[in-house]
Amino acid sequence: MTEAGFVEDVPDVQGPVLGPEARATADRIVAKYPDGRSALLPLLYLVQSEAGWVPRQGMREVAEILGLRTAEVEAVATFYTMVKLHPCGRYVLSVCTNPSCSLLGGRRLFDRAKELLGDASDHGVTDDGVFTLEEEECMAACDKAPVVSVNYLYYDRVGESDLEAMIAAIRAGDVPEAARGGVPGDLKAVSRTLAGIGSLRDSGAVPASPPIADDAANATGAADG
Amino acid sequence: MAEFEPIVTARWGGPPVVSLDAYAKSGGFQGLRRALAMEPTAVIDEVKASGLRGRGGAGFPTGVKWSFVPQDTGKPVYVVANFDESEPGTFNNRELIERDPFQFLEGLMICAYAVQCHTAFAYCRGEFVWPATIVERAVAELYAGGYLGGRVLDSDFALDIVVHRGAGAYICGEETALLESLEGRRGQPRLRPPFPAVEGLYASPTVINNVETLSFVPHILERGASWFASIGTEKSTGSKVFSVSGKVERPGNYEAPMGTTARELIVERAGGVLDGASVKAWTPGGSSTPLLTADHLDTPMDFDSVAAAGSLLGTGAVIVLDDTDCVVEAVGRFTQFYAHESCGKCTNCREGTWWSSRVLRRIEGGLGREQDLDLLHDIGRHMLFRSFCALADGAVSPIHSSLKYFRDEYEEHVRLGGCPFKAPAPEHMATRPEPPLEPEPVPEPGAGVGSRRVRLEEVLE
Repeated sequence: MTEAGFVEDVPDVQGPVLGPEARATADRIVAKYPDGRSALLPLLYLVQSEAGWVPRQGMREVAEILGLRTAEVEAVATFYTMVKLHPCGRYVLSVCTNPSCSLLGGRRLFDRAKELLGDASDHGVTDDGVFTLEEEECMAACDKAPVVSVNYLYYDRVGESDLEAMIAAIRAGDVPEAARGGVPGDLKAVSRTLAGIGSLRDSGAVPASPPIADDAANATGAADG
Repeated sequence: MAEFEPIVTARWGGPPVVSLDAYAKSGGFQGLRRALAMEPTAVIDEVKASGLRGRGGAGFPTGVKWSFVPQDTGKPVYVVANFDESEPGTFNNRELIERDPFQFLEGLMICAYAVQCHTAFAYCRGEFVWPATIVERAVAELYAGGYLGGRVLDSDFALDIVVHRGAGAYICGEETALLESLEGRRGQPRLRPPFPAVEGLYASPTVINNVETLSFVPHILERGASWFASIGTEKSTGSKVFSVSGKVERPGNYEAPMGTTARELIVERAGGVLDGASVKAWTPGGSSTPLLTADHLDTPMDFDSVAAAGSLLGTGAVIVLDDTDCVVEAVGRFTQFYAHESCGKCTNCREGTWWSSRVLRRIEGGLGREQDLDLLHDIGRHMLFRSFCALADGAVSPIHSSLKYFRDEYEEHVRLGGCPFKAPAPEHMATRPEPPLEPEPVPEPGAGVGSRRVRLEEVLE
């Protein structure tokens, strides 16, 4: 989590990142939760779905929506590896090198990926803007080792030649279907999914739960009461 | 034992049961219906009587956990399902969701009813883009079918389920870090007490249960506590989905009664060691549990027996290393994992995981020194039981256990100036871009990180 790097190193973008439509979506995401601050990560994903990564301007906008300071948002954003603090390729290629995968070739696979996508490792991006390469921790699919994911959809028992073919196909715009979950969209699309767009209920149903007690909200330092 | 019928993996034989209709037709929701006809406290008593213990690692009795929730605080009660499965080697939650999401959700709903919670959360691991989508869709179907919302199955019980996705942090599987994360903060564990049952999410009473644990609940309600308690061992009732991976012929999830031996899991269920090799080392419950050896293969896999063998049942994730695999390399990789995933809150964990990882890399890379073995042990000693949560303790498990059982392998690395299991490439290793640790003052055996403090204490005396 802590290797995401310093935000200061990265140029900011001109705002706003979230247009009117995205702001409306943001409001619906916030409404999912008894306490709006719980929407912080989903909103960072929403920023990522618009910008392709999470620039500082996006953090400012999230802070404004939630009534937080930008520093509070930044503190959270820098903690989580899936919040991309640097511009990324459209496809994040992750190779698991944890022992269950490494015992069956995951380490060699990652080394090969590094050879193929040299510029893209260590949070970089390939020249064509297609790939960012990440060495992944255990992805909880050790029965399919070695596992590779593209924007977090998994490919099972990937060999070195499979990897080469996969990379070539993605470069050619023909993203192969994952083992489960279909063809991965680009990072913006998957960030939309991560923001929880799919879990928003359009019925406008009134939450069945009783509203959170004021003292409980205060006790957690809830920003929007 | 041959009579054992799978419980939570019973529907795995066919295609995934991901539609409400298919789930209801295959016998789903009987447990929920029975629960809704009972008093909430009676539901808790039933789960207590079943002896069900948490499958997420700690093994705390589930019904007891539920009974700790006070009903008189004037605050809402929350239930949070922990689907942040990230313990290396563990993948049963993922498959339970991919194949049978409604079973889990039914368990979550029963739990919510039992503790009178009206807003439950499913905290899904961020990388589980697809499994979490399955949960989202299942929840949407439950609303459409009248199973969620204002009146669950036409009862007076109201329940909402909110699906929440994490963002790539192992520590968020720790229950208090998970709550912090769900509140929109860095995933850093909280000091306990207060325990989540009293002050959890939004400082309100909260129950946190693992996906596998909750998946058992509908069956307990449907078939009764005594049926469940008749399976497994006296103190570890029921069955467990064991994740077997690494060097085995058929890696996979295998449900078996608690108390099934590791040998049976590895040899009979997973088809034995790959290519006919033999077991060198294995974890009983993921990388956070001390490694065991071929001598321990007849250990019954239940909480007490594994503890008696010097390890922990953890998540029941069996990672197998064969006799051609390098223990030092594997332990080094596990340790790199903990160094990466330490949240940084507690000094001993943050520093200890990082330094251990460096020393292990040095040994594996051929620049290890004899004293490094004691140094490693010593760093571990100063990490154990000194943090807010168990991450550091887990990180020490593979280090200390490998030093105990495979010390000769470490020594061989030092003697050879490289890894005995790799094609000789010491030069490449020695010139790897990341510089090795500086030569440093060699601590006396038994001294090390804490020696300064000891000396200070002596001075003070």
